[in-house]
Amino acid sequence: MDNAITNILLVGVGGQGILLASEILSEAFMLAGFDVKKSEIHGMSQRGGSVVSHVRFGKEVFSPVVPEGQGDILFGFELLETYRYLSLLKPGATVVANDYKIAPPSVLLGQAGYPPALPEKIMAKLPDFLLVDGQGLALKAGDVRAANTVMLGAVSKRLQIADAVWQQALEKMVPKKALEINLKAFAMGREL
Amino acid sequence: MKEILSGNEAIARGAYEAGCLVASAYPGTPSTEILENVINYKEINASWAPNEKVALEVAIGASFGGARSLSCMKHVGVNVAADPLFTASYTGVKGGLVLIAADDPEMHSSQNEQDSRNYAKFAKVPMLEPSDSAECKEFTKLAFELSEQFDTPVMLRSCTRISHGKSVVELGERVTGLPTPKLVKDAPKLVMLPGNARVRHPLVEERSVKLSEYGDTAAINRVEIRSSEIGVICAGVTYQYVREALPDTSVLKLGMVWPLPHALIREFAAKVKQLFVVEELDPFIEEQVKAMGIACQGKELTTLCGELSPGRIQAAFAKAGIIKVAASDVIAAEPVPPRPPNMCPGCPHRGVFYQLNRANAYVTGDIGCYTLGFMPPLNAMDTCVCMGASISMGSGMVRALPPEEQKRVVAVIGDSTFLHTGINSLMEMAWNKAPATVIILDNRITAMTGRQENPASGFTLAGEETSEVNIPELCRVLGIKHVRVVDPYDLDATRLAIEEEMNRPEPSVIITNRPCCLIKGAGRFEKGKILEVDQGKCTGCKACLRIGCPAIEWKPNPDGNKGKAFIDPQLCTGCTVCQQLCKFNAIGGRK
Ligand SMILES: Cc1ncc(C[n+]2csc(CCOP(=O)(O)OP(=O)(O)O)c2C)c(N)n1
Ligand code: SF4
Ligand code: SF4
Repeated sequence: MDNAITNILLVGVGGQGILLASEILSEAFMLAGFDVKKSEIHGMSQRGGSVVSHVRFGKEVFSPVVPEGQGDILFGFELLETYRYLSLLKPGATVVANDYKIAPPSVLLGQAGYPPALPEKIMAKLPDFLLVDGQGLALKAGDVRAANTVMLGAVSKRLQIADAVWQQALEKMVPKKALEINLKAFAMGREL
Repeated sequence: MKEILSGNEAIARGAYEAGCLVASAYPGTPSTEILENVINYKEINASWAPNEKVALEVAIGASFGGARSLSCMKHVGVNVAADPLFTASYTGVKGGLVLIAADDPEMHSSQNEQDSRNYAKFAKVPMLEPSDSAECKEFTKLAFELSEQFDTPVMLRSCTRISHGKSVVELGERVTGLPTPKLVKDAPKLVMLPGNARVRHPLVEERSVKLSEYGDTAAINRVEIRSSEIGVICAGVTYQYVREALPDTSVLKLGMVWPLPHALIREFAAKVKQLFVVEELDPFIEEQVKAMGIACQGKELTTLCGELSPGRIQAAFAKAGIIKVAASDVIAAEPVPPRPPNMCPGCPHRGVFYQLNRANAYVTGDIGCYTLGFMPPLNAMDTCVCMGASISMGSGMVRALPPEEQKRVVAVIGDSTFLHTGINSLMEMAWNKAPATVIILDNRITAMTGRQENPASGFTLAGEETSEVNIPELCRVLGIKHVRVVDPYDLDATRLAIEEEMNRPEPSVIITNRPCCLIKGAGRFEKGKILEVDQGKCTGCKACLRIGCPAIEWKPNPDGNKGKAFIDPQLCTGCTVCQQLCKFNAIGGRK
């Protein structure tokens, strides 16, 4: 496989804004001059189901889907979903996850508990693991809804792309009235 | 200018650049966003049709009027549109006519994974298959040109990974100078009665031969020689998988998957020692190559079911001893609770399924958000085959059953699905006096596919106000004597309606009247008062959990006593359904 390709997976729960986050990432890679492909499943998954978005960039990208076991970076919006998709990663991959839980149906119905100690379990398999208080930091930036942008900031530090490019991508993809808070949230994430 | 576009956005852009004037579609994943993007180009008259047959006929009419026209649908939609498709193949076109069929290998959001390429061969119309967004745009433009050049409808096949995948596209300008649409009398070509059709059929066969010859030299069919050992024939997204999985092999990339370019295939086969066909789903190309007398392997290696991927292709070739792949370490995670999709908090469908379950109904179901009513804890759907089938299957089922079982049969269908093909079924049921009960879940929108307008919504795709089908009146004129409207947020009224109509030995229809919680705007969904559980009053009986609302969470008690229910104020829409289930008055407005 072509080593020059970086494989990013964004995982979480339908309705968490994963698609917008993956669009911002893709936009930044294109602006930085890379070939980019992205893939995800719409439809059923929007109704609160588990969601995975694949983003790949490099000199020339073929498959829009990250081959199993080839993920370089896992970008988790919810803890259980972050853990669920670890098998898509290669050994030594990076994990950046929001410290945020959404109970799945069996937990809501009291038939199962939310699995305990997930951060520890992730850390044991993939030591390059950053747990982010996305909601907390976003609140400091001015709006909880910017939690994903905090996360984007944290992921951005692990990618060799210039500050100005990120700025340009955010300006293009984020609605004007939310831009200032999102730029702030992004900067906070980038400092982590 | 370069942009990152999804396949669907690129198809819409291609239609725009090709000078398309009319577009008609019925929503269906993964095709829906094509028309939702076409509507952004003011030059194109784009609208939803009630079903795919109507959508294709609208496009055929516009084509006969001289306009370049487009119709889009998911793979199963082509079943509905097959009738006009097969005869439009005989008539050919005036303005270019393009039909987009979006397949869903792996059934990410579909009830089957039929391979649309068979339709191209069956209807004898050419089919193009793009492998990324840039090709989606270019092939759509080419499809319009080929349609006029060869006097045929042209199909373009997408799939989930192409339609919902994004990649970089270079934008172009809209063509100018196309002929202005006008009426032309041309009965021998456009009136398909036996005498005329007999003249057209040989032309169709000649056209297929010419298209195959065109394919021998057309740039969309491309030979990439990298080695003389292994050659792979592939198309569409599979081309991308093959390039990644087998980077050193030679490839014949087909942009036109029917008819096949015979001379080009022979030429390619002669250049390699071993020939393979890698394709998702059916051995469509493989069987034709084998029928040409060329030795090749295809489904000996890869599966007939589901998607391919670079990993699956490598594994298949490694298993057959053709390549070696180094084993890589796998990160194994323990199994965790699944997260299936669920109906939204406050969804008006929920209470109906709760009462159907309690009434011990046998539910012939249909396709939409409400299909999720089959899942626990509601467990209230027993069949689901295709759009519109709920009513006709219920009507058939009662004929087979003894009277005490007949009562239990209830057909459940959404408004969009009822207007798609359910009307015919209800007409049949009334006409033939089948004593089943029908529930039409009228939430004013086609919710499952992302909230598209339908003929009962009162709005067009462009957002303009328009006529609104009166569903109760429609049921009456179809011959149903017992039609009643019920508020699905009123559990007692819903139960009463269901019980009375189930017991009635005549055809009857119940219509629910609450909008989907996700449609906004005046006169549509309005949030109620957000509720909370009084922790002092909650006895932990779990009655409220039986509706499976995602806003209600069971919190076990750490000291071993009974747990209690909580309502997430961020999610609750105040529908009051859970409140009506609580016998202890523990659920009330948030203080
Ligand atoms: C022939 C066909 N066309 C399109 C689809 C895609 N599809 C599935 S359900 C649905 C409509 C659902 O709308 P409605 O019946 O109003 O139910 P709701 O989702 O609003 O509850 C559509 C378009 C399909 N499955 N089959
Ligand atoms: S989108 Fe609308 S119809 Fe579908 S589950 Fe949600 S509320 Fe119900
Ligand atoms: S009122 Fe009850 S059932 Fe309705 S949305 Fe709120 S928690 Fe869910």
